Order: sequence, then C-alpha cells, then structure tokens
Amino acid sequence: MAVAQKNPSADKDAPAAAGTPVPEFSKEQDLSAYRTMLTIRRFEEKAGQMYGMGLIGGFCHLYIGQEAVVVGMQMALKPGDQVITGYRDHGHMIACGMDPKGVMAELTGRTHGYSKGKGGSMHMFSVEKGFFGGHGIVGAQVPLGTGLAFANRYRGNDNLSVTYFGDGAANQGQVYESFNMAELWKLPVIYVIENNRYAMGTSIARASAETNLSRRGLSFNIPGEQVDGMDVRAVKAAGEKAASWCRAGKGPYILEMLTYRYRGHSMSDPAKYRTREEVDRVRTTYDPIDMARHRILEKKFANEEGLKKIDAAVRDLINQAAEFATHDPEPDVSELYTDIYR
Amino acid sequence: MPIEVLMPALSPTMEKGNLAKWLKKEGDSVKSGDIIAEIETDKATMEVEAADEGTLGKILVPAGTADVAVNTPIAVILSDGEDKSSITSAKVTLQPKAAAPASPVKAQDAPAPKSNTPETPTPQAAADPDIPEGTEMVIMTMREALRDAMAEEMRRDKDVFVMGEEVAEYQGAYKVTQGLLQEFGDKRVIDTPITEHGFTGLGIGAALAGLKPVVEFMTFNFAMQAMDQLINSAAKTLYMSGGQMTCSIVFRGPNGAAARVAAQHSQDYSAWYSHIPGLRVIAPSNAADAKGLLKAAIRDPNPVIFLENEILYGHTSPVPKLDDFVLPIGKAKIARAGSDVTIIAWSMGMSYALKAAEELEKDGIQAEVIDLRTLKPMDTDTIIASVQKTGRAVTVEEGWQQSGVGAEIAARIMAHAFDYLDAPVARVSAKEVPMPYAANLEKLALPSVAEVVEAAKAVCYR
Repeated sequence: MAVAQKNPSADKDAPAAAGTPVPEFSKEQDLSAYRTMLTIRRFEEKAGQMYGMGLIGGFCHLYIGQEAVVVGMQMALKPGDQVITGYRDHGHMIACGMDPKGVMAELTGRTHGYSKGKGGSMHMFSVEKGFFGGHGIVGAQVPLGTGLAFANRYRGNDNLSVTYFGDGAANQGQVYESFNMAELWKLPVIYVIENNRYAMGTSIARASAETNLSRRGLSFNIPGEQVDGMDVRAVKAAGEKAASWCRAGKGPYILEMLTYRYRGHSMSDPAKYRTREEVDRVRTTYDPIDMARHRILEKKFANEEGLKKIDAAVRDLINQAAEFATHDPEPDVSELYTDIYR
Repeated sequence: MPIEVLMPALSPTMEKGNLAKWLKKEGDSVKSGDIIAEIETDKATMEVEAADEGTLGKILVPAGTADVAVNTPIAVILSDGEDKSSITSAKVTLQPKAAAPASPVKAQDAPAPKSNTPETPTPQAAADPDIPEGTEMVIMTMREALRDAMAEEMRRDKDVFVMGEEVAEYQGAYKVTQGLLQEFGDKRVIDTPITEHGFTGLGIGAALAGLKPVVEFMTFNFAMQAMDQLINSAAKTLYMSGGQMTCSIVFRGPNGAAARVAAQHSQDYSAWYSHIPGLRVIAPSNAADAKGLLKAAIRDPNPVIFLENEILYGHTSPVPKLDDFVLPIGKAKIARAGSDVTIIAWSMGMSYALKAAEELEKDGIQAEVIDLRTLKPMDTDTIIASVQKTGRAVTVEEGWQQSGVGAEIAARIMAHAFDYLDAPVARVSAKEVPMPYAANLEKLALPSVAEVVEAAKAVCYR
C-alpha cells in the first residue's frame, strides 16, 4: 500500500496532501456538506460566545477549522457504523446527526443534554446515532473504538468503527496496542488521525519523531495515507476507500487528516505558540467552508441568494439550540445518584 | 553416594502433585537433562529432568500416585560403581535442584516453594439460605468452579466471550479457562498479546457495543497498566452518558499475595477498586461462592471486578449441583455463627479467620465469621447485625491498613453500631511494606492466624 508523501515544495502552511486528484461532488453532496460544515462552525462560534457569558463551564474544545474531516467521513459511512472520538467532539456529534439542542444543553449542563447534564462537553453519547463518545482522556478512545470494531467482527455484521484521535494522542502507547490487535484480528476500524498540527501548545515537530502520522501503522502492516483534511471531497473519497478496505475484511486503515484548528486548544488557550499570520493564512487560503462555498457558486449549484438562505436557516437552528440550552432547567438534584449502576 | 530425586515444586503455590508417569525404569542409565518422569500439578503436566548422571537405582513413588508432597523422595540415582545395596546402606544426599520446568515460563510462573498460608477450614455446614435443602453437593476446586461458571454462562448467552493472555491455547496461565477453547472455539476464547492497557480498553469498547466480555488478567498486578480504562472508561461511562451506555463486563484474575513472588506480584487491590463508584467488586473465598457469584457477575449489566486468589484456586469445597446456581451480588454470608466477637473477612482472609475461630473456640471464645464475598456494594446490614450481637469486631485483609477495606468497615461500624461496641474495632492486615521475597519476611508481612486470634482476644479483653 503506497503511502502518500507530503509535497515538500508545497506551501508550508498548506494542509493538503498534494497531488491526489479529488473527485467532484454532485450538487446535493456539495450543498449538504456545506450546510453541515456551516452548522458545526456556527454551533462552535455560539458555544464560544456562551462560554464567554459563563453559560458553559469547564473545558470547551472548539472544532472550528476542522469541519471537513467529520463531514466528509460521515458521508462515507452507512447506518450501523460507529463513531468515537476524544474531547474535541461537538463537530462529530452534529455530523452524526445528533440534535444541536441536546448537544448545547449538555454544554450548559442541563436536563435535556445528551447526558442529562452529567457529562459535559467532553462526554456525550448517542446510541441511536452510533456515537460512542466523547472521551476525556487523550488516546483512551482508541482501544474503545477498536473494541467497537471487535464487536462488529464478533457479530459478523458489515459495520465498521471510525475511531478519531489527534496528533497528540498519536503518541500514546495504547494507540499502538490497539493497532497491533486490530491488524492481528483484522478488525474493521478506520483510524482517523486529525492532525491539526498542535497537541495543545506543542507542535507536531516538537512531539513526534515521525511527523508523517499515516506511517504510524507501518510496523503493524496497517496501510495509511495522508488526506487533505480541509477538502471535504478528498476526505469522503479517502473515507470510502478505507471503508471498503475494512468491509472487505482486510482489517484496519489509517487516514491522517491534515487539518488545522483556528481557535486555541481550549477556551483558556491564548495560542501563543503560533503566529497570527499562520492562522490567517490557513483561514484565508484553505478554509473548508469557504472552499465549498466558492465551488457551489462556481458550479452554479446555488447562487448568493440560495446560500444566504442556507446561512439563515443554520443561524436559526443554532440560535434555537442556544435558546433551548439557556432556558432548559438544570438536572433535578435526584440525578446526582442515578446512572451509577444499571 | 546415591542421590535422591525429590518431588519438585513447579509453581509458586504448588504443595503437592501427582506422579503421572515414569519415562525411565529401574536400571536405565540417565544423564543430566534426561526426562525421567511426568508430574501433574493442578495447573499442568510438567516433565522432570534428571540433574545428575548414573543409573536409575530405585523408583520410590510408583506411577499413578496422587498427592505426592513437594520434596518427597521419588527415586534414587546411583553413581557409577554403586549398586542397589547402597540405597539402604548409604545415607542419601539431597538433590536440591531436582527438576526444571520443561518450557520457558513467565516470571510469575517461576518455580518456588509452597505458600505458608493455611488451607481454609470448611466451616460447620450451617443451613445456607442460598442453597435449597437436600441439594446434592459436589466437591471441586475453586478453579473448576470458576471454569464451570464461565462455561455455563457462555452456553447460555452467545454474547459472552473470554479474552486475556494465555486463556485459550495454553488453557489459562493458572488453568482457570481449561477446556473453554475446545468447547467454544477461538472466536469466543481469545488469546491476546501482552497488552493490558490495550485489551482492557478493547474489551470495554466491545461491552459498550453490547457484548459481555470476561477479561482475564493473568494477575491483577498487571491490571495497573490498564487502570485508566478500568476507572475512566468502564466505571464512569454509564454516569457520564446520563444512563445511555451500559458496560457489562467482568474483569477477573488472581489478586493478592501468591507465594514468594515478591513486591510487584503480590498486592491486594480490594481497597483500590472498592473506592470507585460504578464498579462492583467481588472476592469469593470458596468454590460455591466463586461459581454463583461469577455467574451473577457475568449477567450483571455493570462492570465487575472479580478478585480471585491463586492460593485458593486449588482448594476444594462443596458446590451445589444445580442447573443454574447464581448468588446475589452484595450479600455477605455468616460462615460461622458465634456470639462473642465478629470477624469480618473475604477471599484469602477467610482462611485466617476460620482457622482463628477454631483456635478461639478452644479458649471458650465463640467467634462469628462473616464472609463479605462482595466488597462493593458492601453488605453493611449483615456486619451491623452481627456487631450488635457480639459488641466486638476484627477485620482481616491482605491489603494495607491505610485507606483499606478494614478501615471502611470500622467506619461503618462506628457510624451504625457505636453504642453497641464494647471495644474499638481491631484490624489485622498486611504490614505497610512492599512484599518481601525472603520466606520469613514474607510470612511476617502477611496477616496470620495468630494475629487474628490475638486481635480477637484483645477486643474481648482476654
């Protein structure tokens, strides 16, 4: 399995895996991807605002900039597939089809949050939508996601597990324990490494001896490739390739999504470890939503008026979620002692 | 000088074994490294190699002999020029290194002398409310009872599977999973790499997806590598998901001190896991409880830590012959009724407690012995009812005192039966040191029958 290499002549801030042809989207696909990416973006912007207002507490890790990854991957999946990730998880939940009201109400710690207000930003689940969390310990979701794949194999079904983790988690030992078992037992799991270039404040070059994370499965014979994680079309294409590999019983597959987070690691991170210019350059050149927008206009899938309608509908959806999450009551005190044991 | 070949100890806890087969006969010449016999321990069949050259002069223990104690002379090897007459005329020399295991073993399997912990006395058979009157009882080892529990649950529910290191082809490092691979196949009895953190998380993931894994830790000492998954992923997910994600999984394996395996392989984790909301913690002391509670643990929708004990694996006790013997989690048992002092123990601690109760009886002290069986949730009611009767209590554990289970029991007694106490609660425990290797120091580090007797007398002001 060939591993795509970074083009050394590419713009140093370019997250793209150069040279890979990107299949075009149909009108429906482009519009749907645009709408979902925008929903995530607006949701996260609103969450950031509400954090500033003191409505959301604790840690809050925003996904702004990385939207193409989850949206493209979700387009490659089918019902029954499972998704699991770390703590930067709001985008994954929205991409999985979870209700922004329930997600936002969890962020505010209210009764109708997905975890009844007991999990918060980092710990949310939806069995119905195939979303298995939302995990707060860096890397811990990787063996868990491998176990979801194990369950698929055990039951002999056609489902696969998409296990997301970041470039920081890629240095955790349990990731490699998981890789070994996944390949040994040919488990249907796609490991999606969201390489946003910074593990909190530590750049990948300062933390990783091998910075091409798609190669991290080589000693386990797990194929991997780097993907332009800013282009939702490239993500979907790579996701489909990996999914068919898994569904054919060939075992796990690694996709390193080259992406970027615009905001700090969490709300309290001033992001002094990178320059304003670096962020701006990625934002203006590679923004996944802007790129989709230009494409839609260029191909006349919609005009400015049509896009404005989508934008307005998304804003409305997010405002409703915020409204709901602000006025939903806090959990009843009796909830303190529920859900410890079944 | 004739050399005696002694019955070898082939595991840290082996005290006796069966002489299965002689591969040399009297008069055969043997040289160092020759396999001369096969010995069955309760875990495996091992080959005995000669460590000296000469002629097999006399076989002292015939093939087929059961329960030959470690260090019993089993044969005599004659050097060149010696004949059989020298066997009786000459004083035989001990051959201290009589045998080596036939295959490489992991550190915790290394040969070592037998344990110094007592056999658990069988308590006087009081009517057991969990077992219908007239039920036929079968004597079996705790090892067999645990295996039967898993096999029965696997037959009953296809979502139940067993995974861990050496559980399948090797038949279990301690032979608890013996025969499961043969009956259920390698899809349901799964050998893992040595990767505790990884396979613990993988098992939990499978449980979140609705399967019912039974994960064996070769010993709970190695589960420290997996602690984050056990606590953060298994115990907390139901709560963090607002009740959406259940995690029905059993983690089982030997816990506590084995024998002569030193500090890193001898630790009691009872208190560690008992501290965690979301976990159930079970620690049986006998075969019947092991079976009934392991079956209950596998059916329980919550993560269960099932603490076994290597020394107890080979101990036999009666198990009810019932189609489906399941015990309630969270119920202690009065293992021995008494009126003067309450002794509270579980797992290996019950061996000390019951033996001590026998000693105390000789001095006219009637001890009531409570086998907690489940540490979390703890059956406070049974403890309190007993202490209200006796007014005195002693706890016994192989863990350390600070923040230990005994400390928790003492606090509960103080909270709920303060006015009934005639003496402060006494705790017998491991000494607060890492487990030493030396036999004499190890013995001192562990609780003892004498310490339990002394503590019971002290609280009785005797």
